[in-house]
Amino acid sequence: MTLNIFIQHIVNALSLGSLYGLVAVGYTMVYGILRLINFAHGDIFMLGAYFVYFATIVYKLPWVLGVVLAVVGTTVCGLLVDRIAYRPLREAPRISALISAIGVSFFIENFAVVVFTGMPRPVLQPPVLMQPIQMPGGVRLIPLGILVPVVAFLLVGGLLWMLYRTKPGLAMRAISHDIETTRLMGVPVNKIIALAFGLGSALAAAAGILWALRYPRVEPFMGLFPGIKAFIAAVFGGIGSVPGAMLGGLILGFVEILSVAFFPSLSGYKDAFAFLLLIFILLFRPTGLLGERLEDKI
Amino acid sequence: MRKMLALALAAALVVAGTAFAADDVIKVGIFNCLTGQNAFGGQLELEGTQLAHSLMPEILGKKVELVVVDNKSDKVEAANAVTRLIENDKVNVIIGTYGSSLAMAGGEVAEQAGIPVIGTSCTNPLVTLGKKYYFRACFIDPFQGAGAATYAFKNLGLKKAATLIDVANDYSVGLGTFFRNAYKKMGGEIVAELKYQSGDQDFTAQLTELISKKPDIVFLPAYFAEGAIVLKQAKELGAEFRFIGADAMDNPEIVTLGGDAVEGFMHTTFAYDPSMKEMNPVAAKFTEEWKKVHPDKDPNVNSALGYDCYVMVADAITRAGSAEPAKIRDALEATKDLPTVTGVTTINATHDAEKEMGIVEIRNGKKTFLGLVKPEV
Repeated sequence: MTLNIFIQHIVNALSLGSLYGLVAVGYTMVYGILRLINFAHGDIFMLGAYFVYFATIVYKLPWVLGVVLAVVGTTVCGLLVDRIAYRPLREAPRISALISAIGVSFFIENFAVVVFTGMPRPVLQPPVLMQPIQMPGGVRLIPLGILVPVVAFLLVGGLLWMLYRTKPGLAMRAISHDIETTRLMGVPVNKIIALAFGLGSALAAAAGILWALRYPRVEPFMGLFPGIKAFIAAVFGGIGSVPGAMLGGLILGFVEILSVAFFPSLSGYKDAFAFLLLIFILLFRPTGLLGERLEDKI
Repeated sequence: MRKMLALALAAALVVAGTAFAADDVIKVGIFNCLTGQNAFGGQLELEGTQLAHSLMPEILGKKVELVVVDNKSDKVEAANAVTRLIENDKVNVIIGTYGSSLAMAGGEVAEQAGIPVIGTSCTNPLVTLGKKYYFRACFIDPFQGAGAATYAFKNLGLKKAATLIDVANDYSVGLGTFFRNAYKKMGGEIVAELKYQSGDQDFTAQLTELISKKPDIVFLPAYFAEGAIVLKQAKELGAEFRFIGADAMDNPEIVTLGGDAVEGFMHTTFAYDPSMKEMNPVAAKFTEEWKKVHPDKDPNVNSALGYDCYVMVADAITRAGSAEPAKIRDALEATKDLPTVTGVTTINATHDAEKEMGIVEIRNGKKTFLGLVKPEV
């Protein structure tokens, strides 16, 4: 393998890995606070991508406006999901909320099939993001390839800042330790949890939009595979840990891409490589790379 | 009075019964999906067969009667339909059907009764696998892989090829194997075999690897939704090789999804399209006659295959010199170089039709018929 091909692979992996990471962060955040694996996260991600499709292709709005509307729309959907499907089960056994999450996931997917039909749709890629840049040594970059990881890292950085430097962030971390005590301290727990869901959904929307830009096609089940992969990335990095989720996503992306790069004849097994690595890491570090607690696993 | 009527009816039945059993009528049964989810394709195929029948109403000087039964796009109904054709109507030979699973359900019944069947557009290899009495007018899925290889190597003169295969899809795996075997046999070099899985959305790793191997052409037997994204990512990565695919890429949506990235993409298809510039005489006649009967709708490949089935039946009965099912079967098996609408047909050892296929290229967002190719298997 020549150096420029290798660098090209690294660029591709960075792009894919940061997208996995961004979706994984949404999983991990909700889990960290509620101990709930939000299986509908991949479907919220799909809704974000569809909203952009409707705004920019169907209603022909300017791209930036379309993105803003999509994030707002998806956040509203995420809040609705919390209000309808999760909040009534806050005091119920954890397994009930988990089942509810799976139900929500199926509902959103099939609702999308009915409303949007199963036909894949194209996504508008702003031409300015697609103009190829020829780098020295024959490496080819498009601005989108740089934009995706940069936006992903900025969003995760922003989230970390929020969690560790603001009052609502402090409240979220408090809830993750002990929800009852936090309530006794006068924190509006339901509002803070709703905020966490809103943030998680906004992140899912951002990931969905970036994903649709990178892989320009929307369809009702597009959230399924990225959702599963990102969930794995979140477990990989230690579920509940935001930096861990990002790290897990990046590792997953690199393993997938580099396994194809180094073993092209085994490219049909790239998922197997990724999952094998996951099993090994979990054997030696059961709580994931950056995970801390051992209790309360589902 | 009542007795008289009963007697008369009985007499009429006897007369009718003997008339039907008479040797001067050849009965061709048709089982196809005229209602249900596949009705669109089944109806067109039936109309094609009916057109052929109206042009050739007699074989060996005997009148041919078409007996049409609807299989309702349902596997159970398909088996019932074939039973009815064989037991009630005592047909000599059967034509049908659209949909491989329906063909398999019906084929089992015909096989046991020893009545030959010609499939219209059932392209799954399993339809005729191990069957003595099932044939088909269409080629099977993997055969297209050889067609793409022949076109790439012989017509385009490209000596280095690679494949990008969906390992989770039999269609893709089968086509890929046929492509590589045919391409190597002709003297071409396969420089890379890359794989992905259904549901994948990121193909950058495979494409970067392909770029590093510098093939002239990449065979991509994908479904259109994935194929369009592969083509898009290839363009982003600056791939310089061309792509060729198969009939699963034959969907107008590919242009909507892939935009300008699908320009120059080629794929194989059946060798009939009403917009073809140069048609063989059978196809020209078919198109002309079709337009007389159905001035408001264009013929398509299904109606052409329905027509071809009848042509194959007529040819087999003529060569056999008899309409006995067993003799028709033997004659069908020996079908060779028969001119049909969808090309010159030869039945191979597995009872599939070997014939030319069409090559289409996307130019300015539209399908353009490039020409025909006879696959070298």
